[in-house]
Amino acid sequence: MGELRLMKGNEAVAEAAIRAGADGYFGYPITPQSEVMEYLMAEKPHERTGMVVLQAESELAAINMVYGGAACGKKVMTSSSSPGISLMQEGISYIAGAELPCLLVNVVRGGPGLGTIQPAQSDYFQAVKGGGHGDYRLITLAPASVQEMSDFVKLGFELAFKYRNPVMILSDGAIGQMMEKVELFDPVPRSKEILPWATTGKTPDRERNIITSLDLDPKRQEDFNLKLQKKYGEIEEKEVRYEKIQCDDAEYLFVAYGTSSRVVQKAVQLARSRGIKVGLFRPITLWPFPSKEIFAMTGQVKGILSVEMSAGQMVEDIRLAVKGKIKVDYYGRMGGIIPTPDEVVEMLEKKIIGG
Amino acid sequence: MAKVRGAIVVDTERCKGCELCVGACPTDVIGMEEEVNSKGYHYAYMKNPEACTGCVNCAIICPDGVISVYRVKTS
Amino acid sequence: MAEITLDQIIQPENLVYTKSRIMTDTVLHYCPGCGHGTAHRLLAEVIEELDLQADTIGVAPVGCSVLMYNYMDVDMQEAAHGRAPALATAIKRLMPEKFVFTYQGDGDLAAIGTAETIHACNRGENITILFINNGIYGMTGGQMAPTTLPDMKASTCPYGRDVRMMGNPLKITDIVATLPGSYYVTRQSVHTPGNVRKAKKAIRKAVEYQKRNQGTCFVEIVSNCNSGWKMTPADANQWLEENMLPFYPLGDLKVPEE
Repeated sequence: MGELRLMKGNEAVAEAAIRAGADGYFGYPITPQSEVMEYLMAEKPHERTGMVVLQAESELAAINMVYGGAACGKKVMTSSSSPGISLMQEGISYIAGAELPCLLVNVVRGGPGLGTIQPAQSDYFQAVKGGGHGDYRLITLAPASVQEMSDFVKLGFELAFKYRNPVMILSDGAIGQMMEKVELFDPVPRSKEILPWATTGKTPDRERNIITSLDLDPKRQEDFNLKLQKKYGEIEEKEVRYEKIQCDDAEYLFVAYGTSSRVVQKAVQLARSRGIKVGLFRPITLWPFPSKEIFAMTGQVKGILSVEMSAGQMVEDIRLAVKGKIKVDYYGRMGGIIPTPDEVVEMLEKKIIGG
Repeated sequence: MAKVRGAIVVDTERCKGCELCVGACPTDVIGMEEEVNSKGYHYAYMKNPEACTGCVNCAIICPDGVISVYRVKTS
Repeated sequence: MAEITLDQIIQPENLVYTKSRIMTDTVLHYCPGCGHGTAHRLLAEVIEELDLQADTIGVAPVGCSVLMYNYMDVDMQEAAHGRAPALATAIKRLMPEKFVFTYQGDGDLAAIGTAETIHACNRGENITILFINNGIYGMTGGQMAPTTLPDMKASTCPYGRDVRMMGNPLKITDIVATLPGSYYVTRQSVHTPGNVRKAKKAIRKAVEYQKRNQGTCFVEIVSNCNSGWKMTPADANQWLEENMLPFYPLGDLKVPEE
């Protein structure tokens, strides 16, 4: 049993980063995730593990610091919230284009624009469809608890280095701010390994290493894109993660992630108390999306309700997954409002069962 | 009396014919060849080799680093 | 006395100058006469002379020198436009024993990347910044730069820079020199052999001082853009001396207190 602590989700991210042996964190304050850097600074990770923590002059600088550190083969990360993540998109595209590993945490708040500081899930498209320019993907992990905020930091770094690809933890303001019991994993030391592709100084035994996303030759640029797509195909094959709750006898299905999935868990109990056999399918990886696994449910359930704190974003991927075989609809709230279990059950009855 | 003699070797294929070396030479050694290289540039050459002192001005002003300089002291 | 022949002079033992081995054999894509090549070569020579190849990590900008990493035989990263100082900040902080430099043009450093430049220098990041100021955007075809002189013509100010309408040229090096985090700030040029020699000395200092961990070393090189300025290389260097240097005077702006 690891060390137990009562922590905020944002604090869990910070503590997990130190324990995961992160080499660097570069960020810029924004509500509702500022506790990540505050916790790190208070913990003096430069004394605990030698980890570098720096408050940048902007999210733009922060993501490019992540690029610089990642290109040295270091375990580096940043965290922000929606408007800040938007500002980082250029850098994220470059990181994906240069095939660099790093961890990005988005504690989502409502938008568009400056929006609100309350929780939302309206950055789903931005995260899973590649918010910046060019054909790239982020491995996107959706935590539904403070425990997963901690666990996914470790998992995120592992996946980032396994595939040399940026990984995003797509959280939200509720999970970032709420306190729960967390079992912390045991600390691992920072890696001393010099990665063969990293810019660490050209020694006589190797050619110089160049980290770039530029190639002006169309043929080579297309070949590179094909290589990226092959990598993404492999990730889609191997890294899908999800959880099924009370799905064995389900006649209807909710699909929800993050904070919405916690509301829906209550809604499942409520619906079942009224005799409605409904289950919850919770995608843990939003990209790669568990399309096959959701399609597999179409032989069993009569309809699916996607519950999201957005205008209906993930529902598009669910519709693609079920290929029109069963009815799929959406219910959600926006602007920082979290739906209630009662609303969710009512909408299941209205939109799916009665519809 | 000791005399300094120099000579330059131009990588003619890499020379872009900018002529900065011509102006930089204090002893008017360098001219531009009438022939062109495969890129179509007239390239630098020693039109007046006896005057070269090996001062390296031409080489250090050359943006493309195409000039190597040799120098000897003769007596 | 028998006259010495060229063959006798051109012998390995008589070699007094050749391209640094830190420069690769790749042909530079720069226009004939462009100062970028000279600036690259000076940095390469300093890296070679100080035996820093295995310790060097460079950051290339977006602009004419975007492909700089093809020309220098050191590890390099290609930054997004303007962000080189942010990359260099992280590299140096994560690997403080390395020599870290950025190489940036005027658009990269003094327009889109102004915030990164000012803040990296103000934090006193122990990095070396080489800033090539030719008063124009060369790569995209000669548009107005933050450093374009008043009344100077560019493709986006074809009648000359009207400062009332287009704003004033930015002397960012002067600003950098006022920041407590900058350690050594100097302005040089490479348009004559004498200036090349001085510029090399300045670059050497800016590289050596990085070991002192006292702050940012910043070398501006006022350079030409004969294609953008629509002049021959020799005329461009003459124009530089007559027009750029009065506005951007050469010399040290900040030197360490010894």
